[in-house]
Formats: sequence, C-alpha cells, structure tokens
Amino acid sequence: MSADAGSRFVIDDPSALVSALLDDGWRVLGPRLRDDAIVYDEITGPGDLPRGLIDDQEGGHYRLRAGREASWFDYVVGPQSWKKWLFPARQKLWSAEKTGDGFDINPAADDWPKTVFFGVRACEIAAIEVQDRVFDNGDFADPGYRQRRAATLIVAVQCARSAATCFCASMNTGPHADSGFDIALTELADEAAFLVECGSARGAAILDRLEMRVPEEGHLRAAEAASKNAADSQTRRMVDDIPNLLREKLDHPHWEVVADACLSCANCTLVCPTCFCSDVEDVNDLTGDHTERWRTWDSCFTADFSYVHGGSVRRSTKSRYRQWLTHKLSTWHDQFGSSGCVGCGRCIAWCPVGIDITAEAAAFATDPEQSGD
Amino acid sequence: MLVVQDQEPDPMLPRRYRVRSTWAELAGVTSVELTPVDGAAVAFRPGQFNMLYAFGVGEIAISISGDPAEPQRLIHTTRSVGAVSAALTKLCEGDMLGVRGPFGSAWPVAAETGRHIVFVAGGLGLAPLRPAIYHVLEHRERYAGMTLVYGARSPDELLYAEEIKTWKSRFDTEIEVTVDHANPAWTGRVGVVTSCLDRALAGIDPAMVSAFLCGPEIMMRFSVMSLADAGVPPDRVWISMERNMKCAIGFCGHCQFGPDFVCRDGPVFRHDHVAPLLSMKEI
Amino acid sequence: MRIHGIEEILSEHPVFKAFDKETLELLAGCARNEHFRAGDRIFAEGDPADKVFLLRHGDAAVEIATSERAPIIVETLHAGDVLGWSWMVPPYRHMSDARAMTEIRAVSLGADCMRTKCDDNPALGYQMFQNLLPHMAVRVRALRMQVLDIYGTKKG
Repeated sequence: MSADAGSRFVIDDPSALVSALLDDGWRVLGPRLRDDAIVYDEITGPGDLPRGLIDDQEGGHYRLRAGREASWFDYVVGPQSWKKWLFPARQKLWSAEKTGDGFDINPAADDWPKTVFFGVRACEIAAIEVQDRVFDNGDFADPGYRQRRAATLIVAVQCARSAATCFCASMNTGPHADSGFDIALTELADEAAFLVECGSARGAAILDRLEMRVPEEGHLRAAEAASKNAADSQTRRMVDDIPNLLREKLDHPHWEVVADACLSCANCTLVCPTCFCSDVEDVNDLTGDHTERWRTWDSCFTADFSYVHGGSVRRSTKSRYRQWLTHKLSTWHDQFGSSGCVGCGRCIAWCPVGIDITAEAAAFATDPEQSGD
Repeated sequence: MLVVQDQEPDPMLPRRYRVRSTWAELAGVTSVELTPVDGAAVAFRPGQFNMLYAFGVGEIAISISGDPAEPQRLIHTTRSVGAVSAALTKLCEGDMLGVRGPFGSAWPVAAETGRHIVFVAGGLGLAPLRPAIYHVLEHRERYAGMTLVYGARSPDELLYAEEIKTWKSRFDTEIEVTVDHANPAWTGRVGVVTSCLDRALAGIDPAMVSAFLCGPEIMMRFSVMSLADAGVPPDRVWISMERNMKCAIGFCGHCQFGPDFVCRDGPVFRHDHVAPLLSMKEI
Repeated sequence: MRIHGIEEILSEHPVFKAFDKETLELLAGCARNEHFRAGDRIFAEGDPADKVFLLRHGDAAVEIATSERAPIIVETLHAGDVLGWSWMVPPYRHMSDARAMTEIRAVSLGADCMRTKCDDNPALGYQMFQNLLPHMAVRVRALRMQVLDIYGTKKG
C-alpha cells in the first residue's frame, strides 16, 4: 500500500512506526515519564513510551495518575515543549581564541542528526510554527534553528481529550492538527487501533515501510469523534478580540490585581512553547585565551531584562506581567502576524500561584469602572 | 517549508576589525576608527548602530558616529559606563575587536530633502546624529536650512566641540549650544535644550521643519513638546531610542517597546509612531 | 518723546506685548533705558531688588558665588527675557549675581514705582501676574531639568 500526502490508513498501535523510524536511523524524541511528569526526550524503542497515564491539570496543579489501561496518549501536554530541542535553553553560538595579533572566531558546530518529534500535539505544531516566524523574521534568520527545523520530522498525535487547562479550541490552534505534520496519529480507543494521516512525502516514505490497512467508515467516524470530544470538553477559552482589547488597557486597574499575586518567577515564560527571549553570556577560561559566547533563555519577568545603563525600565511586577501578557496576546500580532499564545495551558498549570491567562484576559474585557476591584 | 541554503550567514557571528586609531573626546569618552580584517567595509545609513565585541568581555550596541559617505572609516564614540564600554574606551591602535551590523533604522535624510532640518542633541546623543549632520552639511544645497541645538552638562562635556566650531563657522548653519551649568569663563548659553530650542524655532517656518532628536528620553520628551508648540508637524519629528539590546536582530526580545523591537524597527522612530507609549511608565 | 520710545520698546518685548496701550503708558512711567558693557555687574547678591530688566540685546549670566571655586553660571538670559524677579517678593533682595556677558541694552522698570502702581490698580497687578508668570514657569521648569542632571553618567 503506497502512502502520499493526504492519504489515511489504520494501524494497530504506534510500536511499528517507532521501530521503523529507529531502524531507518532517525533519532526519535518523544514523551517519556520522568519525575512524575511527561517530558520530551530520546526514545530507544516503543517500550519507552509511557502507557496508561492521564493528567489532571489546574491552576498551579499537574498530577499524573493511572488512566485507561494500556492507553498510549490520553495525557496531554507536560511542563516541557519541543522548544527545548529547536531552541535549546543553553546553546553555544561561537568560540574565540586569542592569537598573536588578535583573535579567531569559530562558529559552534551544530550536531543535529535527522530527528523525529514523536507525539506532537496540535497546539505544539502551532507553537513551532510561531517560533519559525520568530527565528526567520524577514530581515534575519537563525541558521542553526532553520537547520534543526528542516532536519526534523513531525509525528503528530491528535488529542482525544483535553485537560482543564487546555483552551486551544478558542485560539484556533487545535485540538485537531490539520497541517504542519509529516505523519499524524489518532488513538481510537474503542477500536484498539490508530488512524494514520500522511502529511508529506517524507512521512509517506516512512509509512511505506509499515503494514497498514485501509480505514473503514467506523475508524474515520471514531477519529472525528475523538477530536470533537477534545474540543467540546474544553472549559477555558480566550476572550474574543483580545489583541485589540489589550492595546487600550495598558492603564487598567486590573494589572495591579495580577501583580499582587504574581511572584515574577518566570515559570510561565519557561514552560511557554513560544516564549523566545534570550540572553547572551561570554564564558572565559582561566587563561583568558579562550572565550565562548552562549545563548540562554531569558525572561521578561526578571529585573535585568529591561536594564539600560542607569537602571531597569520595568521595575514593578505589574509592568513585567503587563509586558508578558500584552506581548503574548496583542503585540505579537503586530510583530509576527499571529498570537503568541497557542492555548496549551502550560502557563496556568505551572504558575506556582495558579494565575490563569484566560481569566486575566477576561478581566480586561471588563470596564474598570464596573470591575469592583 | 523551510529552505536551508548552504553557508547561510549567521547574524550572531561577529566580523573582526582592527583599530586604526583612537582618540579621547572627553573624560571617559573615546572614539575609535575601525577597519575590517574579514572582508570589505560595509555601508551604513546615518542613525544605525553596530554591536561591538571586546574579546573576553562582551558585546554592546554602539551607534555609528562617522560619515556615511566614508564607510571605510568606521567610527564609534563610546562612554565608559560598564565592563564592555570600559574595554572599548581602552582600545589601542592595532587592537582587534568584533563587529556585527550595521543594524536598525536610519534618520530619513534623503526623504526630508528640501526641508529645514533641526537637529536636537543632548549629551552623547550628538554621536548618533553626527552621520546625519555630515550628510546634511555635505548636501546643504538640498535642504532649506540646517539648525543644531545641542545641550550638554558643562562646557567640559561638549562632544565634538572643535568640529561644532567649524560647523558654526559656515554661514549656512545655525548652531546653538547650551550647557546646564558653567564657570564664568564660558561665554555661551547656560540653560536647558528646550529654552534654546524655543529660541531657535522662533525664526523658522515651523511647517518647513523636520526635526531629528537624540539624547536622554526626558530631554526628547520636552523637546517634542516645544516642537509641537511651535507648530512643527507631528509627522516630521524623529527620535532615537535606547533599550537593552543583546542580539540586535529581533531574536532576544530585550529591546521591545510595545509592538516594536528597538533594534529592528528603531532605534530611529517617527515620534508620532511611539508617542502614545512614550508617555506610559515602565513600558 | 523719550517716554514714547520706551512704550514702543515695551510693546515689542515678548512678555509685555500682550498689554494694551493704556497699561503700557502707565508702565512707561516706571521705565528707563539701561546699558551695560561686557563684564559689567548688573546686580549682586544681597543688593536691594529695586529694578527688573527687560533684555533687548545681549546676554546676561545669572551666577551664584561659591567660596571654594569660581562662581557657577546657573542660567543665561537673552534678548526677550526678563532678568530679576526678587522685586516681586519680600524682602526685595537679589539672591544671585547678574553679569553682562556681552554689551547689553535693556529697559528697567523701577520696583517701587511698579509695586505702587499695582497696589493702586489691582487689575494691573493681575495683568503683570498673568504675563510674568508664564515666563517664570518656563524658567522654573528648565531649572528642574537641570537639577535632574540628565546628561550625567549613571552608574547602575
């Protein structure tokens, strides 16, 4: 059976796909269980994929517990995103060596084998596409990012359920991924099968190695129902017209209310799959002859972030939260033509005080005169 | 689909330059002239900046203060305030440093041909304006007029003082210099830039004025008010902004000012574009 | 004819041009022409503030003397400016030195004469307030900016 972009098939479980990828020499990165959370790390075989787990998520809350026995993908997103692979938290940009009359600069080698992101959710595909626009902004491109991205195959998993923190449906980024993947899987629990969608020629080349069946009407209906269930079960949503709303609300009294709760800890920016701010630091050896330039994740919640000589521009927590929220939901549109939020809900679950971006956004839709704050 | 070309230039990789000469401007303020080691000189537009890298110390954004008509003489003026700027002011002839750039937007000198250009500079803010001043002086016949209003802390802290005298000696420029305080040896003005600007504007048709401002944000804020009061059209005023910059290419996020990246969309902004946010605190 | 000349001069000064002819005639009675050569002391700290100077040509430096070093020029005033405001505030004594930086031509108004006229005619006093205060406000705002030392190096 020959696959091409747009064709659909049925397989029993994803094991054969994982094995086929590994046999073909791909590095497979996918969900693994570590420290009671789902993280994205290297997979050495189908047995590494966590089974039978489901996540409970709420403001400031994430717990894994036993779910349907032997289920593959009932949990949704954990604290990590694929950002940590495409845009590493700490990355050497170049090094320099002192010479007799100056110094030589050597670009850092970027060893990125052909890699599969296995188990990418719709909101995460949207997040990767957001960062694609950040790191190739029309004037400048990050060649390292682009090389990693081009050498990465995306195997998506269509969510069949949502966590309480999910709100991708209102961001139009999910729960069903229509594009942006090479292969997509939908777990059909009642059929003990997976619907496979082929998204690209690269995906087809892999799928051609698998034993696959033609989907029956029941498979297609079950897959549709799974996506519909995931969308319908979402309890949170982003208020309408938030980009324009926030433009007018920079003086709204509610910023003070959020600032009272916010610890300015930067967790939200670290778990956010689109936050891209970074710092650079120079690391020298003791001889002073060798130096390296490293890029590290940074956060608009730190005092140093807005430092200009003489002091920081954003001294208060209020101004930092305002920067984060207005950038994420409003000015991101001006900069990159889309929202910076994909509705994954990570910032809600991993906020130590449970600040809820959807509730905060909604608060700004309230007239300050009537807000009763 | 992303297309990857071979040998894509990495905008984070500095090119090596060598110090051709260096001279003190003021106490703690030094200019360096650089010449490329790797490749040819790069053209720049007035108002743009480079990221200068001192080996083993770090990298900072410094505006280009030389003549855009002579890009082979790449000049930067730096005040020693932090570790990197201190290293840059201690460079000697023959030393090597890294350069990325030029980056950012420029003073619209070509688009404002035919206008009376009013430069308003404060302190070291004269450095980013100097390339535009050179351009206007070299093509003076293309402009209706040229006025420079320059404020500094004291007579000892007037940047490019000798050069200002030569500009003043031309008959086709108006140069007004003022300092915040002075001793009796000073024969010039003492007072703030805005008072000086009000006077300078009194003799000019405000409709013809295009103003380029660079200096402390507070000085620019009040100067813009003076320009507006005099009747200068709001869409003919440009300012140069300063924010924290780490990458200069819109990747690191530090320099964001509302929707703008100061490094890419600025540092030179038309004032009415940024005015609503300039009056907000902690943006 | 000399009085007529002073009225004209007053009517051309930025601060006084808003006054009507009648008021200018009234003020002209307190006015006289002044001339200083470069370097002349116009008034000194502690002097009775018996005059206010409306500068027509030339530059004046307002200075504060210090014991340990040269006087500091805190402000320079130029054609169109008003030099001296201590005449309005008791005890009517100058709190700074004023020196002619160049040759200066000015009109002075006698402080006693002005105060008497204003006492007799509160409407005139109010007009003086309306026209002098904006000029004073500009200078106070300017001094605030100077206090900020905005060009100073800020080590953070």
